[in-house]
Amino acid sequence: MSRARLIASTDLLLGAGLLGLALCAAVAAPWLAPFDPLIQDMGQRLSPPTSTHLLGTDGLGRDILSRLIYGTRPTLGLVALVMILTVPIGLTIGILAGYCGGWIERVFMGITDVVMAFPTLVLALAFVGVMGPGLVNSAVALALTGWPAYARLARTETLQMRRSDYLAAAEMQGIVGVRLLWGQVMPACVPSMRIRLALDLAAIILAAAGLSFLGLGIGPPTAEWGAMVADGSKVIFDQWWVAASPGAAILVLSLAFNLLADGLRDAGNRSP
Amino acid sequence: MTQRTLLSVRNLSIRLSRPAGERVIVDRLSFAVGAERVALVGESGSGKSLTARGLLGLLRSPLSVSAERLEFEGRDLRAATPSQWAALRGSGIALILQDPRHALNPVLRIGRQIDEVLRIHQRLSSGERRDRTAEMMLAVGLRDPLRIARAFPHELSGGMGQRVMLAMMLVNGPRLLVADEPTSSLDAALRDQVLDLMVSLVEQRRMGLLLISHDLQQVAQYCERVLVMYRGRLVDERRAVDLAASDHPYTKTLWSCRPSGRTYGTQLPVLVREADERAETLS
Repeated sequence: MSRARLIASTDLLLGAGLLGLALCAAVAAPWLAPFDPLIQDMGQRLSPPTSTHLLGTDGLGRDILSRLIYGTRPTLGLVALVMILTVPIGLTIGILAGYCGGWIERVFMGITDVVMAFPTLVLALAFVGVMGPGLVNSAVALALTGWPAYARLARTETLQMRRSDYLAAAEMQGIVGVRLLWGQVMPACVPSMRIRLALDLAAIILAAAGLSFLGLGIGPPTAEWGAMVADGSKVIFDQWWVAASPGAAILVLSLAFNLLADGLRDAGNRSP
Repeated sequence: MTQRTLLSVRNLSIRLSRPAGERVIVDRLSFAVGAERVALVGESGSGKSLTARGLLGLLRSPLSVSAERLEFEGRDLRAATPSQWAALRGSGIALILQDPRHALNPVLRIGRQIDEVLRIHQRLSSGERRDRTAEMMLAVGLRDPLRIARAFPHELSGGMGQRVMLAMMLVNGPRLLVADEPTSSLDAALRDQVLDLMVSLVEQRRMGLLLISHDLQQVAQYCERVLVMYRGRLVDERRAVDLAASDHPYTKTLWSCRPSGRTYGTQLPVLVREADERAETLS
């Protein structure tokens, strides 16, 4: 895939741009945010957008814009954690199953199918309920049911090349074992994996926001978008802006990942 | 044969086992290859390619190999462990496959694919490896090795691909090269170029060459000895210069049906298979 092709895709550019913006916000939050996200000002509570509080204040008088900016940190952190947890597990199981075949494939794919059958959010709720709320626990809970999709993808890609001449040629050079799987098989799985990943990340953001909305994510007072929507929903008929801006942030970030996935797929499709 | 023997095979058979029953695809093949150029010739489906892969331990179930003797430089390959195979492949025996478009990994850069074998079998610094790779690429006639090393296989032509394949297999200096129809995916002009190159590299390095082909005429030109296979059996073996004088009916037909100026306008002889097979079952 050439650089020109990557840039030619508007979806990709837009998605990457929005994601880049979110990343910048997360990194530069202390400098970008006009107020400390935790400082309460009861005199100013539930104020509509004004020139000092651009997006208004919440029920405890905290500046919503600042909380929104700081809220990118747990959201992106969670996304990264889930990514780090699911992709290696899925890749390893999928490649091993696809390459070895036989009973290894049957056992691994059996486990994958069983895990795939679990409803993600319900299992995540149960897990967080048992282990207690928090960033790491929500990430693990979402990763529990997240990896089978990658395992299936990696297995399919591996199956396609298992009997290929170039693996025979690689073996003929004396490349075996982990070296063969990691160096020769894994790179072929990357293109489809990253599209799936980008699509998944959007779903992960929604699931994470859902967990926080239910009070099972990162605990207060940390600024977190899902929890902010939950707070705002109490006053949604009179002070709609309290829930609207974090909701919009969730929407935009998952849209960014979806656009990114779409763009990656288009860019990949056009290359020979 | 005056040279040392590299590969020695006695009664090599390859079987296909299916629930429906067993079929012998390659039947009791015996031959030896030294530091010389030997051709294995036969029509498609005669078991040539399977023989090549069987020799190198690349067959998986339901195919199985059995032999009374299968030795490379005196080492018994039948009892070789996976790690012994890994050490042997690439540094002892190398295999060139039919079509470079399928035999090069499409998602890895050329340089990396040539480089990898050095990485495994030798301890070299990355600079030395790069030099060796570039040297090898020049030797197989790839000009501008630095540019090609960064390219992906789909960016190369078929002839370049086969040269890359050759570089990949020869860079670690194996003693025996098995080439499985190395030119069948190339056009006629390139065919001779690549074969010339292969033969001259093999000569230079005093390696053995087992060239598998269906083209008797081509093979006679490039090899010293010819083994003829038909329906999984070795039916004839002779020196390339004596091919014309062969008295075996199959070889004779193959030899006389090659197109040339002499036979222009006349009908070429056709093999009478039924008679042949009847003779086989009787014997």
